[in-house]
Amino acid sequence: MSKTFLVVAETRGGSLRQVSFETISAARSAGGADTTVAAVLLGAATDAFVNELTQYGADRVYTVAHADLEHYNPQAYFAALQTVVQTVQPDAIFFGHTAIGKDLAPQFSAELGAGQISDITAIEVDDSGQALFTRPIYAGKVLEKKAFTALPWIVTVRPNNIAPLAIDATRTAAAEAIAYPEPSLQTIIRDVVRNTSGKIDLSEAKVIISGGRGVRSADGFKPLEELAAVLGGAVGASRGACDAGYCDYALQIGQTGKVVTPELYIACGISGAIQHVAGMSSSRVIIAINKDPEAPIFKIADYGIVGDLFEVVPLLTEQFKLALQP
Amino acid sequence: MNIIVLVKQTFDTEEKIVVEQGSVVEDGVKFVINPYDEYAVEQAIQIRDEAGGKVTVVSVGPERAAEALRTALAMGADEAVLINDSRIGHDEHSVAMALHAFVSQEPYDLILGGNFSVDNGAGQVAVRLAKLLSIPHTSSITKLDIAAGSAVAHRDAEGDLETVELPLPALFTAQQGLNEPRYPSLQGIMKAKKKPFRELSLDDLNLDAGTVAPRTERKDLQLPPARQAGKMISGEPAEQAQELFRLLRTEAKVI
Repeated sequence: MSKTFLVVAETRGGSLRQVSFETISAARSAGGADTTVAAVLLGAATDAFVNELTQYGADRVYTVAHADLEHYNPQAYFAALQTVVQTVQPDAIFFGHTAIGKDLAPQFSAELGAGQISDITAIEVDDSGQALFTRPIYAGKVLEKKAFTALPWIVTVRPNNIAPLAIDATRTAAAEAIAYPEPSLQTIIRDVVRNTSGKIDLSEAKVIISGGRGVRSADGFKPLEELAAVLGGAVGASRGACDAGYCDYALQIGQTGKVVTPELYIACGISGAIQHVAGMSSSRVIIAINKDPEAPIFKIADYGIVGDLFEVVPLLTEQFKLALQP
Repeated sequence: MNIIVLVKQTFDTEEKIVVEQGSVVEDGVKFVINPYDEYAVEQAIQIRDEAGGKVTVVSVGPERAAEALRTALAMGADEAVLINDSRIGHDEHSVAMALHAFVSQEPYDLILGGNFSVDNGAGQVAVRLAKLLSIPHTSSITKLDIAAGSAVAHRDAEGDLETVELPLPALFTAQQGLNEPRYPSLQGIMKAKKKPFRELSLDDLNLDAGTVAPRTERKDLQLPPARQAGKMISGEPAEQAQELFRLLRTEAKVI
């Protein structure tokens, strides 16, 4: 009997998130060609995104649209998705490992008494047909492979690790709107302040410029921000910089904080403590800029510059500006 | 106000990891309270000091986890419970079911935990527990105000700040920035020795092994391929910047 996997898609800032396409791809890899991959999108308005989800590989698209779903509310989103789950009866539910996915997935795991494998970065199917999910643990110091022992499966997929399927503009899919069940909500979202408007989220950024104690002050992040702006990247920080009060904890990368896997990671004035390295060592290319030639960060960097970040970073910014000019 | 805090004992984040025969080696490792759970303990103590009541810290884990609970008692928690039974699976479903059995038989107004643990990092157990108890929750909070049977919390959602209001009883998970956890005082450490400490098995919780059987299993555990030190770029700052740019374009091909 063929299986049905449900992928919970998300939008941010008016577009579908890249991680949603990656999650469709993950569900397809885990299930194989004969699995029906259905996507579901919850929100205030959802119709505009159906085609794109289809072109990225969804066989069916379900939508639940209601004003209660404009911002994430754990109870409203649970009730809306529960209706879809009851309709679809999926064998597996895949989420992005995002602020929403991290909160919504375990609710369904508990509700269904299901196993959940969180924050996966790779999938392989072994000779017996069993799907093995790789997940970095201890913030990436170790890689664990896990499998499910029972159905249904719940999976969350780390952004930036699984390639989306090639876009196919000729694909079409059945779309089905499902009515919001209008539950009575105990949890009320009073206010949402978008701190990230115009900024790229660290977990999805392709380029990260990170600062450590070597930036010396909150102002010291300015050259890093300028370089990030030129490269279309995000700014991160080490615990040292956060503890010193140079920046918000939301920027912290490491075993406490965020684990990131960008294409390019530029560590500026970061010594390379174990707990920081755990959070960024899976980046594709690492650059370290530090005054101290003995700094441990150089041991894991693809390119190292011993020097003053306040001299080197603005020069780099100039280089990129010139080269990337249209 | 009865507050239950979910605590896990984890490796110190500065520890290196050694894998032998498919397991992480624990010999000689420094263990701590999971840093995110430490915020939860601190918050619980502050709320109790203001509103009165009792803080109970509970952990599912092996014998060594008692040390983390003792630390929480030394910080100021009132009672500790260690659920220690080898039949509990190494799986978030199993741990949540065991916690659910315990919490269901205790009075509580508020449950606090960490946003995730720095070892397994799945971030499931606390939210699962809220669902199993049918109480509302907010995860990843950086501020919590309790007044007249309801709570207002700030939730950090990938940098966005959400203000959330919900009635008690409710569960919250702590994000960095919620507070500054205290260090146990010498007096606190002395007092902790006399505080109630219960150790419970599945039988004490009226649970059978099937209820806490895992739904997932580990198939493999490996260290990631080690990164090698790369090229050092020398010269004057302007030359270094130029050379780095060239290498990124022609060799690493990231731009």
